[in-house]
Amino acid sequence: MFLDGFGPIILDGAWVTLELAVMSLLVSFVIGLGGAGAKLSSNPLLKGIATLYTTLIRGVPDLVLMLLIFYSLQIGMNHLTEWQGMEQINLNPFVSGVFTLGFIYGAYFTETFRGAFLSVPKGQIEAGIAYGMSSWQTFSRIQFPQVMRFALPGISNNWQVMLKATALVSIIGLSDVVKASIDAGKSSYKVFFFTVVAGAIYLILTSVSSLVLMWLERRYSTGVREAEL
Amino acid sequence: MEKLVVKDLHKSYGSHEVLKGISLKAKAGDVISIIGSSGSGKSTFLRCINFLEKPNAGSISLGGEEISLQKNKQGELIPSDQKQLQTMRSKLAMVFQHFNLWGHMTVLENVIEAPIHVLGLSRDEAIARAEKYLRKVGLDAQAQAKYPAHMSGGQQQRVAIARALAMEPEVMLFDEPTSALDPELVGEVLKVMQTLAEEGRTMIVVTHEMGFARNVSNHVMFLHKGLVEEEGHPDEVFGNTKSERLKAFLSGSLK
Repeated sequence: MFLDGFGPIILDGAWVTLELAVMSLLVSFVIGLGGAGAKLSSNPLLKGIATLYTTLIRGVPDLVLMLLIFYSLQIGMNHLTEWQGMEQINLNPFVSGVFTLGFIYGAYFTETFRGAFLSVPKGQIEAGIAYGMSSWQTFSRIQFPQVMRFALPGISNNWQVMLKATALVSIIGLSDVVKASIDAGKSSYKVFFFTVVAGAIYLILTSVSSLVLMWLERRYSTGVREAEL
Repeated sequence: MEKLVVKDLHKSYGSHEVLKGISLKAKAGDVISIIGSSGSGKSTFLRCINFLEKPNAGSISLGGEEISLQKNKQGELIPSDQKQLQTMRSKLAMVFQHFNLWGHMTVLENVIEAPIHVLGLSRDEAIARAEKYLRKVGLDAQAQAKYPAHMSGGQQQRVAIARALAMEPEVMLFDEPTSALDPELVGEVLKVMQTLAEEGRTMIVVTHEMGFARNVSNHVMFLHKGLVEEEGHPDEVFGNTKSERLKAFLSGSLK
C-alpha cells in the first residue's frame, strides 16, 4: 500500500504546507512592499515604525515569535469577546498561521525590497521625472519593473526559508506535512522512515519552486542578460 | 519672442550658495553653451530650469507662461501646480551626462514611453515619431529592439537624444552630454547635436567641448562660482576674452 496506508494524510499535509507557504508569501510580499516604502519615506514616524518592526522581528527566533503572536492573537480575541459579552471565538489555526508567518517574513521582505528599490539607478528615475511623468508613473513604469529584477534573488531565498519555516506551525496544531509524518511514524513505529518522507517532500517542493523562480529571474532580467522569452 | 526666460536664479545647499543670481534668455533657434570649471554651478543651473533641483529664488517662464512657485519649509521654491510643472517638463526635454535610458526597455520602448504616457499619443503615432527620430540620430531599424546595456555609450546617448526629440520639445537641455563618453565616441554625438542646431532647435548645452561652444552655439555663458563671469557671442567670448579667469580656464582646456 502507498506509504503503509498513510499516503493520503501525508499528501493532505503536503497540500496544507504548500497552501500555507503560498498564502504567507502573499501576505509577506504586501507587507514587504509597504515596509520598504515606509523605510524609504521621508516621514520620520513611518520610518521609525518600520525600523522597529524589522529590527524586532529579525532579531527574535521564528519559533518564539510564532508562539508569541499565535497565542497573543487568541488571548487578545478572548479579551475582546469577553468585554463584548460574546462567546469565545477560536481563531482558525490556518488563518493565524498565515498571518503569523506573513508578519514574520514581511520583515525580511521589507529589507529585500528596500535594497531593490535602492538598486534602481537614480538617474533613470530622474529621467522619468524630467520627461513629465507623475510620481505614480515613475513608480509603476520605471521603478517597479526593475525592483522585481533586483528583488527576485532575495525573494527566492526568503521563499525557501519560509517554506521550510511552515514546519513550525505543526506546534500550533495545524496538520501540515510534519504533523502528518509524525503521526504516521508514531502509529506505524517507522519514525525514521516517515521523517525521511517529510524531508523528501520539502526537497521536492523547494526544487520545483527554484525552477519557477529561475524562470522568473530570467523573465525580469530583460535588458540585462540576453533573455529568451 | 523669448522661448525660455530665467531670471535671477539663486540656489543654496545649506549655507553654501552655489548660484548667486543667474539669468538667461533663449529665443527660438538659440543655441546657448554654458561653460565653466567643475563647481561653477553650471549643471545645477541647468537642473534648476526643469526643477530637478529646487532653486531658492528667481523665476522661470517657458513660452511666455511663468511657472507659479511657492516656498517650502526649507525656503526652496517649489512649483505650486503639479500639472503645470509636468506639462512644462514635457516641453523641456533633457539629455543627461549618463544617458539615463530606462534599462528594462528596448530602444524603441525608451523613445515611445513618454510620448504615449505623458503626451498621450497613440502607440502607432509614437512609433512613427520614434522611427523618424531614431533615423535622424543614425540608428537603423535593427537597433530598435536592442536594450541599452548592449550598446556603446555613443549609441546610448544618441538614443537619449532621439528620446528627447520624440517629445518635440520647445527647448532641449543638454547636461554635459559627451562627458561620460570615450573620446572616440564624442564625435558621433556632437555631429548629431550640430545637425539639430542647424535645424533651428532651441538648445541649452552645459559642455566641456570648447569646439562645440565656439563653432555651433550663438551665445556662450562662462560661469564662475555661481555667477556669470562673461557672456556673449562665441567670436567675442573666445576671440576677445576680457575676463582673466576665462583666459586661464581656456588656456587650461585647450587640447
